[in-house]
Amino acid sequence: MAIFQVNVTIENKPGISDPEGQTILNDLVLKGAHKTVSNIKTAKMLKFTIKEKDKKSAQSKVREICDELRIYNPMVSIVTTDVFEN
Amino acid sequence: MKVAVVVFPGSNCDRDMYHVLTDVFHLDAEYCWHEKELPKNIDAVILPGGFSYGDRLRAGVIAAHSPIIRDVKKMAEKGIPILGVCNGFQILVESGLLPGVLLKNESLNFMCEWTNLIVENNKTPFTNQFKLDEKIPIPIANGEGRYYADDETMKTLKKKNQIVFRYSEVVNGSADRIAGVCNEDGNVVGMMPHPERAVESDINPIDNKPSSLIFESLMAKMGVGK
Repeated sequence: MAIFQVNVTIENKPGISDPEGQTILNDLVLKGAHKTVSNIKTAKMLKFTIKEKDKKSAQSKVREICDELRIYNPMVSIVTTDVFEN
Repeated sequence: MKVAVVVFPGSNCDRDMYHVLTDVFHLDAEYCWHEKELPKNIDAVILPGGFSYGDRLRAGVIAAHSPIIRDVKKMAEKGIPILGVCNGFQILVESGLLPGVLLKNESLNFMCEWTNLIVENNKTPFTNQFKLDEKIPIPIANGEGRYYADDETMKTLKKKNQIVFRYSEVVNGSADRIAGVCNEDGNVVGMMPHPERAVESDINPIDNKPSSLIFESLMAKMGVGK
C-alpha cells in the first residue's frame, strides 16, 4: 500500500452558465492587455490523500466516492481526477 | 395532526417555522434532530431554511446524507406531505426527492428581497387553497437559488405539472422563472422563498394572506380546521 494524492476537479458542463468565469474574463483579463484569452471557467478542486495499492486503484476509489456521495452533481457538473504519487 | 420540523446543523429558520406552525396556525409541531429517526406519529414533514453544514461543498448536499433523510424518503413514498423551504428545498433536490438543481444566483450575490410568486399547480398539499395564477408576495433569502434542470427534466416537469411556483418576473436567472417544484406524486414540494416569513401582517408589508394559504392548504389536506 502507498499514499497517493488524487485531485478532483468539479466544473460545470458545457452550456451551464458560469457567471464568475465570465466576469473574470470580461472585467479583468480582457480589460488588461491579454487579448489572446478566449474563455475562463471556474472550477472547484478537492485534493484527496488516500492509501491504496497503486495509482489506478487510488483513482478509481476516489471516483467511486465522488459518484456514491454526490461530491459533484451529475446534472450540471463534470468531474475529472488526476492522481499523483505522494 | 403533527408536523416534524427537521433540524440540521446550520438550520436557522427552524424556530420561525415552528413558531408559525404552533402560534399562528395552532398545529402540533416537533423539532426533529437530523441524526435521529422521525417519530412514527408524524403527519407532515418540513425541512426549514438555513445553511446546513455552512453550505460546504454545495448547498444541501451534506445534509442530504443525514440519517433522517432515509425516513423522509419513506414518508415521501407513503404520500405524506413534505415541504422544503430554501435550504430545505436544496436538501430535497440533493437527496433526489425532487428533480433539478439549485445553482448560485446569476448575480453571484446573496439575494434578500421581496418577490412575487405565481401559483402554477394548485393540486399539491401546500397549494390546494390557491386559485391558479394567484400571486403571492413573499421574501427570498438565498445565494444558491437559481433553479436549473436539463432539457429532458424540464420536459417532464411541464408534462407532469411539477412546476408549483414561478417568479412573476426574472429574479435570479432560474430556468423558466421556477421558484418551486414538486415530485411526480405532488406530495413533496420544494420552494426557495420563505412562507414562514410572510404569514404575519406584522412582518409582511404587502399582504400576508396568500402565504398563509400554503399552511392552510396543508391543514385542509389533513382535515384540520383553521
